[in-house]
Amino acid sequence: MYKYDEYDQQMVDARVAEFSDQVRRRLAGEITEDQFKPLRLMNGLYLQLHAYMLRVAVPYGTMSSKQLRMLGHIARTYDRNYGHFTTRQNIQFNWPKLRDIPKILELLASVEMHAIQTSGNCIRNITTDQFAGAAADEILDPRPVAEILRQWSSLHPEFLYLPRKFKIAMSGATHDRAAIRFHDIGLQATTNAEGEIGWEVWVGGGLGRTPIIGKLINPHVPHEHLLAYLESILRVYNRYGRRDNKYKARIKILVHEEGIDNIRAQVEEEFSHVKGGVLTLPQDELDRIGAYFAAPAFERLNSSAIDVAREKIINPSYGRWLDNNLNAHQRPGYVSVTVSLKPIGGAPGDATSEQMEAIADLAERYSFDELRVSHEQNLVLPHVKIADLPAIYEKLVEIGFAEGNAGLITDMIACPGLDFCALANARSIPIAQELSRKFAAPERQKQIGDLKIKISGCINACGHHHVGHIGILGVEKKGTELYQITVGGDATEQASIGDILGHGFVAEDVPDAIERLVDTYIARRESEAEPFIAAFRRLGKEPFKEALYGNG
Amino acid sequence: MKLLTGNDLKTGFVTWWTGADWSLHIEDAADVGEGGEAIAAAEEGARRVNAPYIIAGEATTDGPRPAHIKDRIRALGPTVRPDLTLKPADPNAGDWVI
Ligand code: SF4
Repeated sequence: MYKYDEYDQQMVDARVAEFSDQVRRRLAGEITEDQFKPLRLMNGLYLQLHAYMLRVAVPYGTMSSKQLRMLGHIARTYDRNYGHFTTRQNIQFNWPKLRDIPKILELLASVEMHAIQTSGNCIRNITTDQFAGAAADEILDPRPVAEILRQWSSLHPEFLYLPRKFKIAMSGATHDRAAIRFHDIGLQATTNAEGEIGWEVWVGGGLGRTPIIGKLINPHVPHEHLLAYLESILRVYNRYGRRDNKYKARIKILVHEEGIDNIRAQVEEEFSHVKGGVLTLPQDELDRIGAYFAAPAFERLNSSAIDVAREKIINPSYGRWLDNNLNAHQRPGYVSVTVSLKPIGGAPGDATSEQMEAIADLAERYSFDELRVSHEQNLVLPHVKIADLPAIYEKLVEIGFAEGNAGLITDMIACPGLDFCALANARSIPIAQELSRKFAAPERQKQIGDLKIKISGCINACGHHHVGHIGILGVEKKGTELYQITVGGDATEQASIGDILGHGFVAEDVPDAIERLVDTYIARRESEAEPFIAAFRRLGKEPFKEALYGNG
Repeated sequence: MKLLTGNDLKTGFVTWWTGADWSLHIEDAADVGEGGEAIAAAEEGARRVNAPYIIAGEATTDGPRPAHIKDRIRALGPTVRPDLTLKPADPNAGDWVI
């Protein structure tokens, strides 16, 4: 993992001191809320529905045990004993007191963490594949480049007041697990005809009010020019992005209105000036940063297949967990483990202090001290010996996170919604909980297979509902919560945006409506091997529309 | 009725104007009539409350009830965590929201 050098630490410490003084002045009444608000937002401090909310960055979703333990400590000491992991691979604390913020930031800085640029119109925390550095299908580990981008984008003076927020996602693997086509910039590792590894650059993707799939702006940017190329995109956006209208200010609107060819030409023009200058990334710098992410001291193990069928007979729950929660690793004898933060009936992405500490212990003992946060609101132990799986599972049972449901219908994304979020129109978590209970039976989940439900409490789409195979969006109608259902979204390389099939449903009717969609899929699929999204693409929306609204 | 609400400056917790002071409990909230703006300005100046604003409510036998569901959830606490609401021991507290 990356370790702060003196510049990183100085930068973060200086910011803690500066913001602590701003908090002091606010509490002393020397500055008003209007003056304080932009300052607190630059430090990830929101005022939410019930209290302040602090959003802490987990850079490219990678954490050490020590860091997770500190998050658990902060939750216990300064919050209400839990934290909420988000689709941006961050963690949010829902109840910190303003007077405690300086101390919290000081503790975070002591473990090389902060809340800078987790809010505001700047380049936000960069997200990646949660199996980065471990996945068997990886072309390269995206984290060294993600770290370089973190350094480039942190307090970048030119890009602290962009027209709107700016999100970058990266995937180093062939299968996109980071939803890169739905970010302002998406980077996909790729190999060109000469066998050189570089980056496919996608631009102008996004969710929210206007969901748009990103467009390919450049099929291959070599590492050494990546910073210069991204700087060129940001400059074009900073110059032409619409500052007159908040709803049209994201780069996706600029790309959509101007056309990708025009934007590409502008970026190329800018790039011709920037290329080869100070932003050129020398190989030795890439190697220096890459060394922080060197593979841990893996043992030489024989590849051993897990006899899941046998385990299922002995302990069906463990068998299910083996079936669903493991991801293939680069090294023989190792796997990556998804720790599902989606127990049946739980709030997706929430973990208590004790749970965080227990998972930190597991990472320290069994995963070379490493952890990941997934954008699907789970945690990952990236490097686990197959022989250690029973011990890990046993501990997860103890802490209530042993659900073998990764990728299944109960592994839902849900944003905080109206229970916590000041912008919400409707609650998200209770819908997730009801659906989780409705589809809890393991045989039923297995029968349904790979199905992603994603729920947002408003059109801002933090719960990624547009790209759920089934998406649920909370809206408000005459003071009541209503839920619009979309079908056919996909966040992967086969990117698609779900279709709204008709009018919304009241909360009580949502679980049955979803069940009708599921039953239609099961009745109409070609075989068990055809997943929901494939069946939807083959069948079109009509049968699903009929399932929801009848054929009248 | 009109209610004046804000967040406590130091803690951020939701507070309600009682006519003389601020309370965490909606039951204590007073109808501010047309005087809300003036009270808000004075109280913000006094540094006790953060960003106060006026909402619509109605008088019920259980005390004031905000007109909008968002304000009711704001008054009670998260419906998915009854233990963190202001009425952790009341199993029916959630009904008040809906
Ligand atoms: S989608 Fe809306 S309700 Fe959900 S967290 Fe984002 S802003 Fe809040």
